[in-house]
Amino acid sequence: MADQTLPIAGVDVTPRRRSTAQMLEWLHGWVVTVDHKRLGILYLVYGIFFLLVAGVEALAIRIQLAWPGMHFLSPETYNEFFTMHGTTMVFLVGMTIIFGFGNYLVPLMIGARDMAFPRLNAFSFWLTAFGGLLLYYSFIGGFGLYGMGAAPDTTWWAYAPLTEKAFSPGHAVDYWALSLIVMGFGTLGTAINVIATTLSMRCRGMTLLRMPLFVWLMLVTSGLTLVTITPLTAAQIMLTIDRYLGGHFFDTQAGGSAVIWAHFFWIFGHPEVYVLVLPAFAIANEIIPVFSRKAIFGYPAMVAASVGIAFVSLGVWAHHMFTIGMTSVGNTFFVLSTMLVGIPTGIKIFNWLATLWGGKIRFAPPMLFCLAFLFQFLLAGLTGIMLSVAPWNWQLHNSYFVIAHFHYVLVGAIVFNIFAGIYYWYPKVTGRMLSDTLGKWHFWLFLIGFHLTFDTMHFVGFLGMPRSIYTYEPDRGWNTLNFWISVGGMIQGIAVLIFACNLVHSYFKGREAGNDPWDAWTLEWAVPSPPPVYNFAADPVVHSRRPLWDLKHPDDPDWKYEA
Amino acid sequence: MSAIPLSPGMERWELPSRGRVAMLSLITGESAIFTIFVVAYIYYIGKSLTPPYPAQVLEIPFFNTVCLLSSSVTIWLAERQIERGKMRAFAAWWALTIVLGAIFIGGTAMEWHKLIYIDGLTIRTNLFGTTFYSLVGLHATHVVVGLIGLLTILLFTLTGHVRVEHSERIQVFALYWHFVDAVWVVVFTVVYIVGR
Repeated sequence: MADQTLPIAGVDVTPRRRSTAQMLEWLHGWVVTVDHKRLGILYLVYGIFFLLVAGVEALAIRIQLAWPGMHFLSPETYNEFFTMHGTTMVFLVGMTIIFGFGNYLVPLMIGARDMAFPRLNAFSFWLTAFGGLLLYYSFIGGFGLYGMGAAPDTTWWAYAPLTEKAFSPGHAVDYWALSLIVMGFGTLGTAINVIATTLSMRCRGMTLLRMPLFVWLMLVTSGLTLVTITPLTAAQIMLTIDRYLGGHFFDTQAGGSAVIWAHFFWIFGHPEVYVLVLPAFAIANEIIPVFSRKAIFGYPAMVAASVGIAFVSLGVWAHHMFTIGMTSVGNTFFVLSTMLVGIPTGIKIFNWLATLWGGKIRFAPPMLFCLAFLFQFLLAGLTGIMLSVAPWNWQLHNSYFVIAHFHYVLVGAIVFNIFAGIYYWYPKVTGRMLSDTLGKWHFWLFLIGFHLTFDTMHFVGFLGMPRSIYTYEPDRGWNTLNFWISVGGMIQGIAVLIFACNLVHSYFKGREAGNDPWDAWTLEWAVPSPPPVYNFAADPVVHSRRPLWDLKHPDDPDWKYEA
Repeated sequence: MSAIPLSPGMERWELPSRGRVAMLSLITGESAIFTIFVVAYIYYIGKSLTPPYPAQVLEIPFFNTVCLLSSSVTIWLAERQIERGKMRAFAAWWALTIVLGAIFIGGTAMEWHKLIYIDGLTIRTNLFGTTFYSLVGLHATHVVVGLIGLLTILLFTLTGHVRVEHSERIQVFALYWHFVDAVWVVVFTVVYIVGR
C-alpha cells in the first residue's frame, strides 16, 4: 500500500501513511526498548506524570481545608485522596524518578555501555508501571461488582486492623496491597541491577573511590532498597493472606497483633525516606561542585557519611510509634538512634557548605534549587531532631507539625533536588537547554509557595490541628493559617505548571546544548547530547574523580592530587 | 574519550562477576523477606487462641531435612564437575540434586496433607496455622522455583546446550539453591525446635 498513489496529479497520500507507520514503529521502539537511557526517560516521564496527578490530589485536599466547613470533597473522597496522594508520591513519583535518574546516569557516569542486565531493567520498569496502573484502577474497580469504584482510604501507612476485610470491605485495599507487591518486585529488580552495574561494569581506571558521588549514593540507595522494600512486600503478602485466605496475622480477634503491622510497615517506611533522600543528596553532590567551580569537599567523608546514614536508618523505625506504647527502654533506644542520624547528615551539610565556600558560584536554576535544598533540608533535620524527642513527640504526634516536618524533607529536599537534577541533565537527555527565565519563575514561585505552605503548617500543628481530618470547626483559630497554606499550595501548583510548560516548550524551542553546557567534569558530559545508543564510541579510561577536568586541563590534572 | 592514554599499571582491570553480584543482592533482599516472616512466626508462638497447637500436631521432618541439606552437597559436586568439563558426571550430580529436592517437596506435601485432613489445621484455623503455612509455604515456594530452574538446566544439559563455559552461570544459580537450603536451617529451627 505504501507506494500506491492516488491517480490525481499533485496529490500523494503516501507521506501521511508512512508517518502513521513511523509513529507506530516509534512507539513500538519505546515499548520494547532495553536501552538504559530510554528506560530512564520512561521512568522520569512516568514519575512526572504522577507528580502532576498527586499534585492535583494535594490541591483538592487543600481546597477542602482552606475554610472551615467546606464541601469541596466528601469525607470519603477526602480519605481516598490523601491515601492516594501519599502512596502515589512515595511509590509512583519518588521511587520512579530516582530510579529514572539512576538508570539514565549510572552507566554513563561509570563509562559503561548499558546496565548490567538490560532486559531485567525493562522488566522492572514495566512491573513498576503496571503496578501504578493497578493502584489507580482501584478508582474504577475498587468495589468490584458494586458498580462503583473506590480508591483505598486507609492512609498510606494503612494500619491494621483497619485494612482487614471486616473494616475495609470491597477491593480497594486489595488493589493497594497488590500494586505495592508488584511495584516492590520492580524496585527490587532495579536495585539489583544498579548494584551489579556499579560493581561490575565500571570502565578502566574507575576504582570505587573514583566513582562520582552520584553513583556512590545510587549504590548505597540500591543496597538500602534491597532490605527496605522487601519487608513491605512481606507485610503486604501477610495482609493479602489475611484478606483472601482468612489468615490472622493482623486479626486482633484471633490473637493477631495490630502493633506488629506498625513495626513491619515502619521497618520499611523509615529507611524508605532515606531511599528517597539519598538520591536527592546524590544530585546535590554533582550540582553543587560544578556550579561552585570547585571539587567536592571531603569526598571520602561524603561516601562514609552516606553509608553511615544507610546503616543508622535501619535502626530508627519505631520513632514513628512513640505513642503506640512501647517500653521506656524501647523509646530511649529509638530516641537515641534517631538523633544519631544527625551526625552523618551534619557531615554532609558541612561538606556542601565547604564546597560552596570560596567558590565562584553560578546562580543558574539547578544551583538555585540546590541552595534552597541546603537551607530547607537543614530545617527539616532540625524539626526531625525535635520530633525524635519522645515526650515532644507525644504532644505533636499526628499533628500538622509532623506533616510539615516530612513535607520539608520530601518537598523541600527531595522535590527541590529532583527539579535541580532535571534542570541540570535535561540538556544531556534532550540536547536542548531548559529556558532560564521560566526556570527562575518556576524556582521563585515554588520557593514562595513552599514556604507559605509548609512554614505555616508547623504553626497550625502547634495549635493542635490533627492530620487526616477532612474539615474543622471555625472556632479553633486555624482558619487564617489554613487559608494561607492553601494559597501556598496553589502557588506551588502554578510553579509546577510553568515547569511542565518549560519541559515541553524547551524540547522544541530550547537553545542547543552541545556536549557539555555546564563545563562539568563527569563522564556523561563527554558524549554527545543526546548520547548515542552505544554511549561511548571507545571505552573510556579514567585517572581521577574528575575525568573531564583532566581532559580539559592536561597541564594540571586531578590525579596528581588524589591519593 | 580515546584521547586519554593508557597509563602503565592499568593493564589489569578485573571486576566482580555481575551474575554473582546480582544473585548475592537478590539473596540479601530475599533474606529480608524471610526475616519478616520468621519474626512474625516467633512473635506469634504460643499466641493461638484455639487448638491445634504445634506440640500436638507437628512431627520433626528429619528425613526431609537430611535430603534437602545433602542436595547442597550434591549441587556443589556438580559445580566441580562442570568446571572440569565432565558433563556426564555434572548431569548425574545435578539430577541427584533434583531428586533430593523433589523428595523434600513430596515430604512437605505429605506433612501438609496430614495436617489438613487429619489434624484439621488450615491457614484460617488459628494463628499457628496462619504463620506455619505462610513461613513453610514461602520456603516451599522457593524450593519449587529452584526445582523448576534445576530441571530446566538439566534438560538443557541433556540436549547438549550446557557446556563447560557456562560453569560460572551454573555456580550463580547454585548460590540460590544454597540459600534455599540455608533458609531451611532457620525455618527448621524456628518452626520445629523453638516453636514446638
